[in-house]
Amino acid sequence: MNLSEVHTGHAHQFEDIEQQHEAGTLGMWAFLATEIMFFGGLFAAYTIYRTAYLPAFETGSRLLDLRLGAFNTVVLIGSSLTMALAVRAAQTGERNKLATYIVLTMILGAAFLGVKAFEYEHKWDHSLIPGLKFAPEGEDLLQITRWHAGIPQVQLFFCFYFFMTGMHALHMIIGLGLLAVLLVRSLRGNFSTHYYSPVEVNGLYWHFVDIVWIFLFPLLYLIGGRY
Amino acid sequence: MSGHVVPVRTYVLIFLALMVGTALTVGAAFVDLGRLNTVVALAIAVCKMLLVILFFMHVRHSSQLMKIVVASGFLWLVILISITVSDYLTRSWIPDPEGWGPSTAITLPSQQSSTAKTAVVAEAPASAAAQ
Amino acid sequence: MHYPRIESHVHYLNVNYGIRSWLFTTDHKRIGLLYLASVTFMFLVGGLAAVLMRLQLVEPQGTLLEPDTFNKMFSTHGIVMIFFFLIPAIPAVLGNFLVPMMIGARDLAFPRINLLSWYVYLVGAILTLIAILNGGVDTGWTFYTPYSSTYSNSNVLLVGIAAFITGFSSILTGLNFIVTIHKMRAPGLTWSRLPLFIWAHYATSLIMLLGTPVLAITLVLLALERILHAGIFDPKLGGDPLLFQHLFWFYSHPAVYIMILPAMGVVSELITCFSRKRIFGYKVVAFSSLAIAVLGFLVWGHHMFVTGQSVYAGLIFSALSFLVAIPSAIKVFNWTATLYKGSISHDAPMLYALGFIGLFTMGGLTGLFLASLATDVHLNGTYFIVAHFHYIMVGGTIMAYLGGIHFWWPKISGRLYPDKWARFAALVIFIGFNLTFFPQFLLGYLGMPRRYAFYPQEFQVLNVLSSAGASVLGVGYAIPLIYLIWSLRYGPPAGPNPWGAKGLEWQTPSPPPTENFEETPIVTEEAYAYASEDHELV
Repeated sequence: MNLSEVHTGHAHQFEDIEQQHEAGTLGMWAFLATEIMFFGGLFAAYTIYRTAYLPAFETGSRLLDLRLGAFNTVVLIGSSLTMALAVRAAQTGERNKLATYIVLTMILGAAFLGVKAFEYEHKWDHSLIPGLKFAPEGEDLLQITRWHAGIPQVQLFFCFYFFMTGMHALHMIIGLGLLAVLLVRSLRGNFSTHYYSPVEVNGLYWHFVDIVWIFLFPLLYLIGGRY
Repeated sequence: MSGHVVPVRTYVLIFLALMVGTALTVGAAFVDLGRLNTVVALAIAVCKMLLVILFFMHVRHSSQLMKIVVASGFLWLVILISITVSDYLTRSWIPDPEGWGPSTAITLPSQQSSTAKTAVVAEAPASAAAQ
Repeated sequence: MHYPRIESHVHYLNVNYGIRSWLFTTDHKRIGLLYLASVTFMFLVGGLAAVLMRLQLVEPQGTLLEPDTFNKMFSTHGIVMIFFFLIPAIPAVLGNFLVPMMIGARDLAFPRINLLSWYVYLVGAILTLIAILNGGVDTGWTFYTPYSSTYSNSNVLLVGIAAFITGFSSILTGLNFIVTIHKMRAPGLTWSRLPLFIWAHYATSLIMLLGTPVLAITLVLLALERILHAGIFDPKLGGDPLLFQHLFWFYSHPAVYIMILPAMGVVSELITCFSRKRIFGYKVVAFSSLAIAVLGFLVWGHHMFVTGQSVYAGLIFSALSFLVAIPSAIKVFNWTATLYKGSISHDAPMLYALGFIGLFTMGGLTGLFLASLATDVHLNGTYFIVAHFHYIMVGGTIMAYLGGIHFWWPKISGRLYPDKWARFAALVIFIGFNLTFFPQFLLGYLGMPRRYAFYPQEFQVLNVLSSAGASVLGVGYAIPLIYLIWSLRYGPPAGPNPWGAKGLEWQTPSPPPTENFEETPIVTEEAYAYASEDHELV
């Protein structure tokens, strides 16, 4: 069994390319179901602590930079659009467009991660890193006292902020790696209107990561405490 | 290979709808709706998610099987969250035994406001405070 | 008698040789055998820990192990047996080997992912072994916080990472099965014609896919908490240690069904074949597998009745736990009904299957004691629990696993094993098992807590009985290991279908060729269409 076999036709265990394509899509969706549950554990824990420590979580939201969060939301949804267009280009067999859209998606993804890194650095400077360096001061501390939010509870909020966005960023990095492979394969001309299953499957993954962010953005940056 | 090719226009429209959703959710966050703020934010997020799943991820044109797989993933998430939360929500239904002092366990409704909590502690009988 | 090598046809074992042909194989049958070797090794590791514990417990104030070492022994035993033996045992060995063959496919849908899952398992297993050799872990297999996150000085982090990694092997296996069963069935093989082994593995895969990731994220949270001490599970910092238990049991209770559902699938195959009858109530048995998989996700709180969990949540969890008994009882009933007026033969696999039915029933019924809130307060944390889940996991899963290995061994190896020895071993295992674990029900009911290195004098008789039983059980497990390996070289050739069984896997030579079938089979009849004219009840 080698890679070239997969490129030229369907893999030996399948009857035809159609079956292989369906299996690939179903496999990715089944995997995404596990991803839902993986992030689900975090969302469940977040729900409980947020309800228990509402003032602290609302204060935590205030300490995040809404503009950067919103900017990143636009960037990531934009990357979903380019990804969807990449899949479409693969379907219609437009190879140049396919490569272009993959590159665009990667640029937007990298931009997202860049902003994220900037935000993390900012939190480090403000001593808002749970466990390692958590000692809010100045304006941050004022906010915390003003809203009667205990410092340990605000630290819990930042645990979730870092765990959730960190896990999301990790998925983005993996996604960028997958896209890089996809780009190489598309430049080599591996894909055609008959065989584009990997493009579609990667697209599904990328959109899923986008969906996670669609929830993280309001849960972490927005709700409560912006008025 | 048969695969439903969606026109570019649809993708762009969905993208614009998602942008509108993002603007709405940011805007709603600045209006004080009380507890509804969370509901509105999550409702908008669910709508955005549905747009992505149905159109970007092609579930609208996928087989019944694919739809079931997607739905069951979210159904299981609901099971996880709702049953876990049901424990926390009902913990405070049974009052702490007399003389035990306030419970330190996390109970959702009683800690809605931390100020109320401290007030309770302050008014606790001297015997509890002495412990 | 020395039989020559089976040279009659090219099959998956002789198609190529050498270590590389195994380590880089994508053949589901070879990967199944890789798993067979690795889970057997891990079984020996976990078994060794059990032997040491049982030796320590022969005397009330045993001097063999320090209490701290004892803690590490039961943790090692639990972690190795659950994550590295019971969960992969039937799905990854028999499932890998049989799922494609039973549905008439050439391989699983994603053969390379299948191989990857074995390597992932291997990495997890090696990390665990390193942790054990490096001083072990003393949290028990449940890693309860805050002990694991704040206080334990043992290798919690390493073992947690190992369990995290191994989880992915389980996810990948489940993923492969689901896609394969959906997309790659032979023509004519409708859902209502699928062997019940396949239904059981389908249900198991659902749990693997939807449960395992929650364990993964829980272990990530545990690791982060242990490194950062940021308070997620630390009550001093506002965290709730019970949240860990919620998330942990959300996976780990359904994980029990990962262990038992495939076993039920195996037993359905064995019972029908050796009573020469169709299964009684095919559809009900098939759907009860799915019902168990789904209901299994709703009952995890019964592990937390005596914690700070809300009593009201406890009530709901208790009621839901009773519901799981229904599909389980349906299966037992239907197996028994299948036996009724069947022409039963007592070959070794059948002995294991019959043993399974009895022991699983006992394990299941004692589970109802523990699902009741009030009795659970008395029994929780005692040897009653230990006995209960060993009746399910050892009496259930391992009996079925061994039954399955004996049933399909001729298919796997192309050789027959000595039947008399096999039947003898099945008997020894059954006796040894009951001698080991029945006294533990009594011990627990009398109030002996689990996880202690010492106990009061009055419990000694029952403990000695249990330890004696463990040695019998150990001998019972050693016998098949010897004769099965012996049969690889000296066993007589089996032929394609030594049991006269139905099912696609028996319609291809033993051992099967690499692509399983000469040409894709076409299915025209339902499963278990045994010569029904003689024994049809209707």
